[in-house]
Amino acid sequence: MSAENEKFPKQHIVGFLGSLVLTLAAAWAVVGSGLPTHWIIISIMVMAVVQAFIQLFMFMHLTEKNGSIQVGNMLHAFFIAAVIIAGSVWTMSFGFSHNHSDNGGGGEEMQMEEQEHNH
Amino acid sequence: MMDFLLNEFLVTGDPLIYGAMVSIVLVSIAIVFVLTYFRKWGYLWREWLTTVDHKKIGIMYIIAAIAMLFRGGVDAMLMRAQLTLPNTEFLNSQHYNEIFTTHGTIMIIFMAMPFLIGLMNFVVPLQIGARDVAFPFLNAVSFWSFAFGAMLFNLSFVIGGSPDAGWTNYAPLAGPNLNPGPAINYYLLGLQISGIGTLATGINFMVTILKMRAPGMTLMRMPIFTWSSLITSFIITFAFPILTVALALMTIDRIFGSQFFTLTGEGMPMMWANLFWLWGHPEVYIVILPAFGIFSEVISTFARKQLFGYKAMVWSMLLIAGLSFLVWVHHFFTMGAGAGVNSLFSVTTMLISVPTGVKIFNWLGTMYKGKIRFDTPMLWSLGFIPCFVIGGVTGVMLAMAAADYQYHNTYFLVAHFHNVLIAGTVFGCFAGLTFWYPKMFGHKMNEKLGKISFWFFVIGFNVCFLPMYFLGFMGMPRRTYAIEPEWMPLNVVSTVGAVLMAIGFIVFVYNIYYSFRYSEREKTGDTWDGRALEWATTTPVPFYNFATVPEITGPEAFWKMKQEGGTTYDKDNLEPIHMPSDSGVPFIMSAFMFVAGFGLVWEWMVVAIAGLIGILACMVVRSFDYDHGFHVSVEEIKETEEKAREGEK
Repeated sequence: MSAENEKFPKQHIVGFLGSLVLTLAAAWAVVGSGLPTHWIIISIMVMAVVQAFIQLFMFMHLTEKNGSIQVGNMLHAFFIAAVIIAGSVWTMSFGFSHNHSDNGGGGEEMQMEEQEHNH
Repeated sequence: MMDFLLNEFLVTGDPLIYGAMVSIVLVSIAIVFVLTYFRKWGYLWREWLTTVDHKKIGIMYIIAAIAMLFRGGVDAMLMRAQLTLPNTEFLNSQHYNEIFTTHGTIMIIFMAMPFLIGLMNFVVPLQIGARDVAFPFLNAVSFWSFAFGAMLFNLSFVIGGSPDAGWTNYAPLAGPNLNPGPAINYYLLGLQISGIGTLATGINFMVTILKMRAPGMTLMRMPIFTWSSLITSFIITFAFPILTVALALMTIDRIFGSQFFTLTGEGMPMMWANLFWLWGHPEVYIVILPAFGIFSEVISTFARKQLFGYKAMVWSMLLIAGLSFLVWVHHFFTMGAGAGVNSLFSVTTMLISVPTGVKIFNWLGTMYKGKIRFDTPMLWSLGFIPCFVIGGVTGVMLAMAAADYQYHNTYFLVAHFHNVLIAGTVFGCFAGLTFWYPKMFGHKMNEKLGKISFWFFVIGFNVCFLPMYFLGFMGMPRRTYAIEPEWMPLNVVSTVGAVLMAIGFIVFVYNIYYSFRYSEREKTGDTWDGRALEWATTTPVPFYNFATVPEITGPEAFWKMKQEGGTTYDKDNLEPIHMPSDSGVPFIMSAFMFVAGFGLVWEWMVVAIAGLIGILACMVVRSFDYDHGFHVSVEEIKETEEKAREGEK
């Protein structure tokens, strides 16, 4: 136990530095790279996925053999993430439709406002 | 410099604030004087500031929570004073805004949660037969980051001005354009720092309960309070990151000029409300589920019966936890997201009342044909049931999206959430504290004073909040600082109720002092003829909790042990006990968080960066710390146990 603990925590440091580099790279991609927008989005999403795997494998003990708790936690996490993202998009998409299709009461109001501005 | 100090840094011009400043200075001087005079600085540092013992951390949480209950309560009394009569000029609108904001924030974040987390800290390891939590060092980090976060938040009313956008801190009102200055930053950073601690607590207790149970204690043999803590830990771990992100985004908005929640630049102000309640609704279950657990323990103990419908209790809590993430939009039905969205969230909200109703019937079933003892913890639990049901029923009324357009932002809503939060959480905290008090401090709280404070508080509570439902129907809006003449009679009644509650609280606190002086000391560890494992330990509990960890063979571990003559001190099977070492790093690291937070509040980047470097340095120190704790020798265990068990013979 103690011998294992006193090893130099190589994996953690690599993971930590890796996360920092990926985060800075993502910030640079947005602020300073000058790439076209869709390439920026693709690149930061790829880096996010890579970083998620770094977290899961280097810090979160995903490789440990303790099946049910790990799987349960992961499924729960995916469920909550889906609720947060899909739920937010669904709830908040009201009134923000850019194609002027009828999307609830607010959308109409916005259209009317815009029409007023046009006059 | 002087100009900045007087005009921006310190809050000036209000006699109430001057009074607060003077009292803060006087109390600080008094504390320093007492500690120095009695030479207690070393004791304080060794025994409390550096401790990693879950029992001491729990007690510190509870002390801090009671202090915050006092502060939040003073805010409440100021509000009642302002609202009693029309045309009162006791507080101006700005000051009133600040007070309802700090009242709400402090009561939820710095009172309710720490109180329950304190009880969890003290009780859960004892209930599962563990010697500490899974990560004792992290536990200390949790407490100190909460304490320094709370301190940062409380500092705002004398330095820089308090946040004034409500405890929900809605954008764009809380954004940089409509609310410049440090006030809202205090809210953001205070919650961010204490949120780190809460998140760590969630992970800590999840691991503790899943991994450190005594041999033989399967999940379905766990005491119900431990179950409620486990489920709460899951909710914390999955809900708090949302708050962390939302707070960070708004901090970046305010300090670095991004436009997540602004009106301009394609910002979405309502996205703040959305994210806030994605965290905020699970949050209300974080503060109610442990209270449910406490009531279950208390009712079963004082009705002298096994908890009725244990499995139904567990499943209903799991169901509540799952549903808690699916109802958040009911906090802003009036945003007008359309019939589809509102209907769905209306239905999910009403669904929550089903498992909650199951729990109510289980409590009643537990009491059915029981030989009930009416000690103070039981009184709080009995008071909880009818008061909470009123809050629950009005909650279902609010859940109807169409009707909610009438109730929204009126005193009806104010009455509803106080009815669930006070009757649920606050009664639960008082029940839990009086119930476990003998285990914590070695003596009961005085019964007579306990009953007086209970009756004052419960009667005051109903007199205070029932009229508010009718004020809501009469159209009195939430967060108004001036009332119309026709609302006066009911507001006077409400204020009388608030005064009664304040008397109840004062008697409660006086009871702590009185019991310390005069209560009979406990001779055994089993004060109430208890049923779960925490009562199997001696009082006071030795720092290693259990000399030998018992083998669990069924539910209600201690009840069974009492019948079969088991013990947590098996002389022949003693082994050296491995315990964690104390550490000053959590305290120092959290102090650096405070420095970094204060720097960000004032946008003094040099200070903020210095604080962050300090935090990092503490992390490095901790990362390369190879102290694996120490072992308690068999002789020492024997000596401690023999001494502690003298009274039992």
